[in-house]
Amino acid sequence: MGNAQGIGAAVKRKEDRRFLVGRGQYTDDVTLPNQSFAVFVRSPYGHAKVNGVDAKAALAAPDVLAVLTGADVAADGLGGIPCGWLVKSKDGSNMVEPPHPALAQGKVRHVGDPVAMVIASTKAAAKAAAALVEVDYEPLPAAGLLANAIAPGAPQVWDEAPGNVCFDWHIGDPATTDAAFAKAAHVVELDLVNNRVAPNPMEPRAANGSFDGANDQYTLYTTSQNPHLTRLLLAAFTLKVPEHKLRVIAPDVGGGFGSKIFHYAEELLVLWASRRVGRPVKWTSDRMEAFLTDAHGRDHISNAKLALDADGKFLGLRVHTYAAMGAYLSTFAPAVPTYLYATLLSGPYDFPAIYAEVKAIFTNTVAVDAYRGAGRPEATYLLERLVEQAARQLGMDRVELRRKNLIRADQFPYQTQVALQYDIGDYQATLDLALAQGDYAGYPARAAASKANGKLRGFGMSTYIEACGIAPSALVGALGARAGLYEAANVRVHPTGSVTVFTGTHSHGQGHETTFAQLIADRLGVSTDQVEVVHGDTDRIPFGMGTYGSRSASVGGSAIVKALDKIVDKGKKIAAHLLEASVADVEFKDGQYRVVGTDRVKAFGEVAFAAYVPHNYPIETVEPGLEESAFYDPKNFTFPGGTHLVEVEIDPETGVVEVASVTIADDVGVIINPMIVDGQAHGGLAQGIGQALLEEAVYDAEGQLTNGTYMGYCMPRAADLPNFKVGNHVTACTHNPLGVKGVGEVGAIGVPPAVINAVLDALAPLGVTDISMPATPEKVWRAIQAARAGKGA
Amino acid sequence: MKDFEFHRPASIKDAVALVAGTSGAKYLAGGQSLLPVMKLDLAEPPALVSLARLPGLADIRVDGGTVAIGALCTHDQVARSADVAKAIPALAALASHIGDAQVRNRGTLGGSVAHADPAADYPAALLGLGATIVTDRGKHAADSYFKGLFETSLADGELVTAVHFPVPRRAAYAKFAHRASKYAVVGVFVAETAGGVRVAITGAGATVFRSAAMEAALTSSMTPGALDGITVPADDLNADAEASAEYRAHLIGVMAKRAVAALR
Ligand SMILES: Cc1cc2nc3c(=O)[nH]c(=O)nc-3n(C[C@H](O)[C@H](O)[C@H](O)COP(=O)(O)OP(=O)(O)OC[C@H]3O[C@@H](n4cnc5c(N)ncnc54)[C@H](O)[C@@H]3O)c2cc1C
Repeated sequence: MGNAQGIGAAVKRKEDRRFLVGRGQYTDDVTLPNQSFAVFVRSPYGHAKVNGVDAKAALAAPDVLAVLTGADVAADGLGGIPCGWLVKSKDGSNMVEPPHPALAQGKVRHVGDPVAMVIASTKAAAKAAAALVEVDYEPLPAAGLLANAIAPGAPQVWDEAPGNVCFDWHIGDPATTDAAFAKAAHVVELDLVNNRVAPNPMEPRAANGSFDGANDQYTLYTTSQNPHLTRLLLAAFTLKVPEHKLRVIAPDVGGGFGSKIFHYAEELLVLWASRRVGRPVKWTSDRMEAFLTDAHGRDHISNAKLALDADGKFLGLRVHTYAAMGAYLSTFAPAVPTYLYATLLSGPYDFPAIYAEVKAIFTNTVAVDAYRGAGRPEATYLLERLVEQAARQLGMDRVELRRKNLIRADQFPYQTQVALQYDIGDYQATLDLALAQGDYAGYPARAAASKANGKLRGFGMSTYIEACGIAPSALVGALGARAGLYEAANVRVHPTGSVTVFTGTHSHGQGHETTFAQLIADRLGVSTDQVEVVHGDTDRIPFGMGTYGSRSASVGGSAIVKALDKIVDKGKKIAAHLLEASVADVEFKDGQYRVVGTDRVKAFGEVAFAAYVPHNYPIETVEPGLEESAFYDPKNFTFPGGTHLVEVEIDPETGVVEVASVTIADDVGVIINPMIVDGQAHGGLAQGIGQALLEEAVYDAEGQLTNGTYMGYCMPRAADLPNFKVGNHVTACTHNPLGVKGVGEVGAIGVPPAVINAVLDALAPLGVTDISMPATPEKVWRAIQAARAGKGA
Repeated sequence: MKDFEFHRPASIKDAVALVAGTSGAKYLAGGQSLLPVMKLDLAEPPALVSLARLPGLADIRVDGGTVAIGALCTHDQVARSADVAKAIPALAALASHIGDAQVRNRGTLGGSVAHADPAADYPAALLGLGATIVTDRGKHAADSYFKGLFETSLADGELVTAVHFPVPRRAAYAKFAHRASKYAVVGVFVAETAGGVRVAITGAGATVFRSAAMEAALTSSMTPGALDGITVPADDLNADAEASAEYRAHLIGVMAKRAVAALR
């Protein structure tokens, strides 16, 4: 390889200096001249009629500029917050798509639903005045829990959604699946809950809107993973102003994990309020508000059945899932438990038949939408719990059962029974790598050592696959997406050969400023110091769909590579002229244009200079300048996968589960920066272990979030985690120019079932057969007590 | 948070007078219990009287059979004190497991003792060792100091200046921490003192309490096995999302045995 900073190099993150010295520029850091501040009055009820809002006292409070309500939103004709994906029910009917006014009109439907917006010249004044707004609520029965919402006679979140059903969807072939079960030697069944989690990015959401009346120009600073999508939704649906009058800037963003993909009401409201009060309006969520208003993740109740033949070969899978939507449909919500979940139910296995039904259910809670992994963790959890259960029930070795059913390397491209076609992978290789790196052979000795210390040791695994690099526009369009999912890039080579890259993806922790610079370094032979990566500003970047679904490298990176190809080609024409050779005889390598087979060369920088100072230049056929744009629409999803191994130690007296080791072997495609790939895996694993052992957003039946602070909601901390062993086995993606797949979510997808399988393995000798996430100490202790009591009886 | 007056007096006398002079005024020590409730508008004191400048309240002195710790000593200071570690290692260890590093750097012994949070750690050591709480106007025996939920025998405006801990023959503290907050779900302090065996339990009830049954059993035999079969009834114990009363009752037994096994 010609460049020590190119693809495959562990280049230190360029962006970290400004973060480490506290010079990052986050939305809340932006204070505009004449800034004013907004605080929201939010529903304390899960479900209530709003009989009136009395703002008199608040309006009279010092420094208050305005108090705005749902009536003002309606009077000014603001559009409702739209949903970006239409899913149809089995019978062909559209999903129930209820209205979502930016401020509540007539009813509130979850705790935190905004009722009024108080704007004042200081934040303290806005907060004080918000406490003076009197809202006349008439509480209504609520469906706060998914389990309640699906029960007969449950309170109705929406009159137009009987039984709280948003849609009743299915995928796969029921007849072949029935036939598979009819001939099965074994059927394994599990009821599973996938626990609701809150996203908890370190930086809470914020939005700062300003309206420049002289130019009719709106500017929004916002904590977004995809500023162009936010602009599109504001322009087309909510604010209803043309794109050229609206600039959306997502500066440094401190984590998102999905929760900052979506268009939130506050983004619309600060822009609108700025027009009303004539000053910029800033809102910054506090942590409790974040718990109540950021879209949550997961929240499934499922029944799953696996049919096997006498030898343990999988014959069929049947799944029924209830998926909570929350009270309003968030931007991607309907897609998550359907096209990002059920399409993954084949996992890495060769399944001849699959049938899955998914009912999406309204609940009196904040919305549920994409959260790191989005649908794939739910599919993986279900499948890997089921496979483990099958091994136990059939008395088969857990590794051998998986090995027997994994898609073989020679079966690719592999068409699943649930729409996806996997292009490439080698699941046996990642399985073998994980077992070797995790010293599986040495496990019995470790278990014996734990036992000698009075601890129960358990081993758990998962072999998984995920789909990322979302997504071919035509395909997702056919599935109900209301947007395309390509990516855009612009590469501007400056006269001295330094480069600015404009990308439509957005970095909020992923390190794009480094990895994308490496793509340039690799291709053009310049140093990464010579490259600036610009993202997060709709006025500077041509277009883009943002960052989620591990799409940035495979879709955004591919767009950059396409633009680089154009740069290299144009440079070749210029170099051929300078070298007095024919274009066909010129090659570009290691930053130099060379007449093939000679020592006649022109450095890339010389060519760039000629492009901007075209004195000696092919001006008749080649335009001056060196800047190219490209859009890239992927041909397929990419399919990372691998094997995750977890060992736990359980204290049988207290029920405390300690994660003793985590070993993973993934195939995330070609690796651009191994350090960043490891870091992404580590972060995902922390969140996955968090979901399995620590995290759960607990609503009660009335729709109160009972643990929405860090005194109750347990985030994973360093001390909760062991050192991770991360290995990679690469098969290059076949359909994008880089061969990359994606690594942003693999940890959160593969590890939760491995943790729970390990817990159940440790407890199996006591007779425990089931435990739900999170496996908290008391839950584990109770399971042990119940099993002992059962045995004694 | 509402606006409030802020005072930084330089003498105990001034501090006490300032709190006495404004109804609802509060002392501010490390702020690790007071500021969180003020941020949530659950407490709205019109004035805060900072103790930071009061002289002589941050000393640790070991004097024969007593460890005297000033009210303004931070948890971290106690945890790192070689004198405390030598005299009462269980006390230094207890302080080192309070909250997290940030909390230990700010939070103080006096604040913890005055606040009397049911899930706080220090109360177990005070009651387990039979400590004396020293104030601007007198002394309180730990045995009669902890009255109930956030309730002590301190009078309004009474300022804790120090706590005197008698050095035991052996002691140990075993804590089952809340996973999120790190407060004690259950903490059991066991000590062999001149006056006999003492077992103090925090986190489990409205305030710290002793277990006579455990003390009697350990008086006959200071072994974990002596506690077999002794249960603390779950009826009056705390129950929350982290731990039911039944689970807490169970944990009391487990932590008590672990404390006995760790005595030194
Ligand atoms: C995240 C977190 C985790 C924590 N975990 C634990 C834990 O694991 N174990 C534990 O024990 N505690 C824990 N705490 C509480 C912590 O130990 C506090 O520091 C302590 O309870 C109060 O001490 P302070 O100095 O911060 O008091 P402050 O917050 O300043 O004051 C608390 C109260 O005491 C009064 N007061 C303060 N000093 C005096 C005095 N000298 N005389 C009379 N009144 C006084 C104040 O007026 C106020 O009412 C935690 C706190 C936090 C924020």
